[in-house]
Amino acid sequence: MSQNYSFISDWIAPGSRVLDLGCGDGALLQSLQQQHNILGYGLEIDPDSINQCIANGINVIEQDVNKGLTNFSDGSFDAVVMTQALQAMRYPHLVLDEMLRIGRECIITFPNFGYWRTRAYLNFRGRMPVTKQLAYQWYDTPNIHFFTYADFEALCLERSINVLHRQCIAEHFPDTQLKNLWPNLFTQTAVYHLSR
Amino acid sequence: MLPDSPNDHSIGLVSTQYVHIEQPLKLACGLVLKSHDLVYETYGELNGERSNGVLLCHALSGDHHAAGFHEGDSRPGWWEHYVGPGKPIDTDKFFVVSLNNIGSCFGSTGPASINPDTGEVWGADFPSLRARDWVESQKLLMKYLGIECWAAVIGGSLGGMQAMRWSLEHPDKLLNAVVIASSMKLTAQNIAFNEIARRAIKSDSDFCDGHYLTQNKAPLRGLALARMIGHVTYLSDELMGQKFGRQLRIGDLVDRNTDPIEFQVESYLNYQGDKFSDTFDANSYILITKMLDYFDLSREYENNPVKAFSHAKCNFLVVSFSSDWRFAPERSREITDALLAAGKSVSYVEIESDKGHDAFLLPNERYQNALDGYLSHVAQGLKGGAK
Repeated sequence: MSQNYSFISDWIAPGSRVLDLGCGDGALLQSLQQQHNILGYGLEIDPDSINQCIANGINVIEQDVNKGLTNFSDGSFDAVVMTQALQAMRYPHLVLDEMLRIGRECIITFPNFGYWRTRAYLNFRGRMPVTKQLAYQWYDTPNIHFFTYADFEALCLERSINVLHRQCIAEHFPDTQLKNLWPNLFTQTAVYHLSR
Repeated sequence: MLPDSPNDHSIGLVSTQYVHIEQPLKLACGLVLKSHDLVYETYGELNGERSNGVLLCHALSGDHHAAGFHEGDSRPGWWEHYVGPGKPIDTDKFFVVSLNNIGSCFGSTGPASINPDTGEVWGADFPSLRARDWVESQKLLMKYLGIECWAAVIGGSLGGMQAMRWSLEHPDKLLNAVVIASSMKLTAQNIAFNEIARRAIKSDSDFCDGHYLTQNKAPLRGLALARMIGHVTYLSDELMGQKFGRQLRIGDLVDRNTDPIEFQVESYLNYQGDKFSDTFDANSYILITKMLDYFDLSREYENNPVKAFSHAKCNFLVVSFSSDWRFAPERSREITDALLAAGKSVSYVEIESDKGHDAFLLPNERYQNALDGYLSHVAQGLKGGAK
């Protein structure tokens, strides 16, 4: 994941107010604080992750994104970030709406279920893909909405969401060469910079 | 990681100190306390930079004895689980100050003290107090101890209210506020329970309109009843079910001829009430419950909590407990939301617990880890090192 941060920090202006939904151990906020002197807050529900944030001096609020974000007022953040968690939301499209209400801009990263290796796994094994990125069995996975790069593009179009930047990330050759040509097939992780 | 018994890793033997504060204290009600006494304890050592001071703010019935043991007494302080060497409020790193606040009854000036103007016991004539009066008195103790800025001000319940008040009244005098199981103002239900408690005390014929001490009396029954009511509200239904259920202490409900019958919970509550009324002063109980009722963090900031907190400069840790219905998690979320909107550094944790409001005093691994992580980070950032 660490390679994603360089894109993200380029999209966030120094001194911004940043809200990170599902902030994990707070590594992204910490790097943004160090590089860009942002005022950051993370939302998290996992106790161990919350403790790591607190011990590292990262502002963390114990709050479940699925239970709503109504306590945050319109435009109260410069950027709202969600990394690798949209697929675990109960209503991803509504979360996206909320992120764009609270933040002037949003940054989203998600695993592309249209990645060729994932497709091949399902196609040839006939079983739900268990990969390094999506390392759960179908019955206990927190990832309840699988979607592809193309699906997300369609959602943005449908909901008139403005795509400021998009970055496709792939680890292996030849994916790294082909990801920009056929993003839906060769992107492992998609990174979007959005606004209303 | 929690110690099996409070005796492990205890600060050990501690002694109570006393200071007579000569400087007049102008109270929120307009009256002036010409001088006042404070009893307090300190744990750990002040570092060379005098930067590692931590103030503990007690709640309604608390006192200065937060940790360790007094000579000849086997009962530890009220926050023994959290204050001591290697504990979250680490006395190896911090110089911890715990005082008994004015208006209370464990040695600091209060309703049971002598009014120097009359030579009589204050009794019910003791001036009405606000949380800010405690803060100002604590600031005089701070000056006496030679501390310029607290590394942290920490408190649960009414203690959390003091920590918040510190952050608004003296923003340059603290770097961190830890606000546990607290609220920016009491709800109607909360005030209602306090009024029932006060009514119980006043209904005791030995109350004598608050002048019982001059008549060598004490409204023990009323105070015990007040405490029993309070005590029930500090526990959760779930916990009382686990602890007592419908167990009988005396008698048998199957054999219909037995009498008397006493439930365990009855016996427990009566014991708690009697124990409390032996050590606490009824006027103090009335005074401090009113202090709780009157507290409203943002009253003077156009009733706008965001505006209030915009005056704060410190970092905040806010903690609540899932089964606390007296100071519910919702109240702590309100504090957190106001701090967020005011652009202050804040972390919030909601600890899963079945122990009700009392949870803030009791062992809990997550709670311990959160406090420990936060305060370890505070200690790392101290000017001149932890100790």
